[in-house]
Amino acid sequence: MLPYYVSPDQMMQEKGDYARKGIARGKSVVVAEYDSGYIIMAENRSTALNKISEIYDRIAFAGVGKFSEFEYLRKEGIRFADVKGYNYSRDDVQAKSLANAFSSVMGQVFTSEIKPLEAEILVVEVGDDSSGDSIYHISFDGTITDYYQYVVMGGQVERIRAFLSEEYKEGLGFKDAFMLCKRALEIPYGDGLKLDPSQLEVAKMERNGLGRRFRRVPKEQVREMTG
Amino acid sequence: MEMKWGPSSSPFGLPSFSELLRERYPDLHPQAGIVRMGDEKSGHPIEVPHGTTILSFRTATGVIIAGDRMATEGYQVADRRIDKVYETDSHSAMAIAGAAGPAIEMARLFKVEIEHYEKIEGERLGLVGKANRLGAMIRQNLPLAMQGLVVVPIFAGYDVAAKRGRIFKYDVTGGRYEDTEFYSTGSGGKDARGTLKRLYRRDLSDADGVRLAVEALFDAADEDRATGGPDVMRGIFPTVKVITAEGIRDVSEDEVKQAVETVIAHRKERGVA
Repeated sequence: MLPYYVSPDQMMQEKGDYARKGIARGKSVVVAEYDSGYIIMAENRSTALNKISEIYDRIAFAGVGKFSEFEYLRKEGIRFADVKGYNYSRDDVQAKSLANAFSSVMGQVFTSEIKPLEAEILVVEVGDDSSGDSIYHISFDGTITDYYQYVVMGGQVERIRAFLSEEYKEGLGFKDAFMLCKRALEIPYGDGLKLDPSQLEVAKMERNGLGRRFRRVPKEQVREMTG
Repeated sequence: MEMKWGPSSSPFGLPSFSELLRERYPDLHPQAGIVRMGDEKSGHPIEVPHGTTILSFRTATGVIIAGDRMATEGYQVADRRIDKVYETDSHSAMAIAGAAGPAIEMARLFKVEIEHYEKIEGERLGLVGKANRLGAMIRQNLPLAMQGLVVVPIFAGYDVAAKRGRIFKYDVTGGRYEDTEFYSTGSGGKDARGTLKRLYRRDLSDADGVRLAVEALFDAADEDRATGGPDVMRGIFPTVKVITAEGIRDVSEDEVKQAVETVIAHRKERGVA
């Protein structure tokens, strides 16, 4: 127990402000559905530290904010999914229960730890058709929200979200979806600025196929596509 | 299943799925639960299905790994269609001989082990790393092996770094040995090895390799009652997988069937069928 009294209102308010400040400083991640799956794109200057990663056959993960914190969540997510898939069957690993587990852990940290998480995450699941898709966003306080077709998280999301709601169309080809995501990530920089391909981390989840659907798009291909 | 936050799992811990099970879910580990088996009075171990002949050899471009389809329980047939060769990732496979239950479970656990490492670390485990990890899992199985539940796999794959196919064999204690040409084990292993020794060449093409695998398994089935030969009546043929730089490929049933027919035709021609 803390030796002094702080009202819960104030404590939650200040923790929330602290977390939001940390996350707003970071770069964004965009997810969009294209004609045969999902593309996930992050602005990431590091080539070694990933923001996007594979969790299971149909499930991908993306994090923004403090790397060490979402990296911990990512690893726990993989452990959760692998244990579940081994104990039951691979088909029984679904994004919903994983997102709920993330939500409860992040919510618990927010209420009981002194420092809240300065990280937010996305869980993306690709189904056999779009009715089996799901996108969950879990914020620093454990709030869980589900999205449809596209989503953005990180810093300055309002403007990017407005852009996507205007520009996003169903049935985009991979290349078009790629360019849409890239333009979305360039929004915070104002007109004219183009992100260099080396600053983009790109992955996709292909709807058709067997087993593990997650694929990283290699840097050379990213360069080619922006070229 | 629960998710944890905090220092409970060490950031310096092994990225191992098997160790994760031991630490957090010991009851889910395949070695949990089997404490003592067999008839207390007579001391005889209880009968469980056993897998028989498996083999692997290098080809010009990689490695071939194969196994027959029979599982036996003493003198009885337990299963005619069991698969003993398991893809463990895109460039490796393991074949199992010995007590079928623990062996299949070990193959399943090993596959998750490799995938888990890749996802956690963001890097693939090297072929030797995988071979050593399998050795450790066999060593952990020693208490069961002492009660008769012996698992003896062959692990084979294409080493992307060394650019060649490699074969690893094991003993009950988890001892790992590399074979540079070919190896076969299980109840018919000795007979299959005889065939491999006579017909093996360094520069085998994939097609010749499939035929050699079929030929060796044919001889094993001919001499060893527990090994299943090609079952033409039911349409059951050996499992054969080819692993090269491009990845792992299941040899189709038609391809194996054709190889079986060629082998039989040749033997009839020579009058030895």
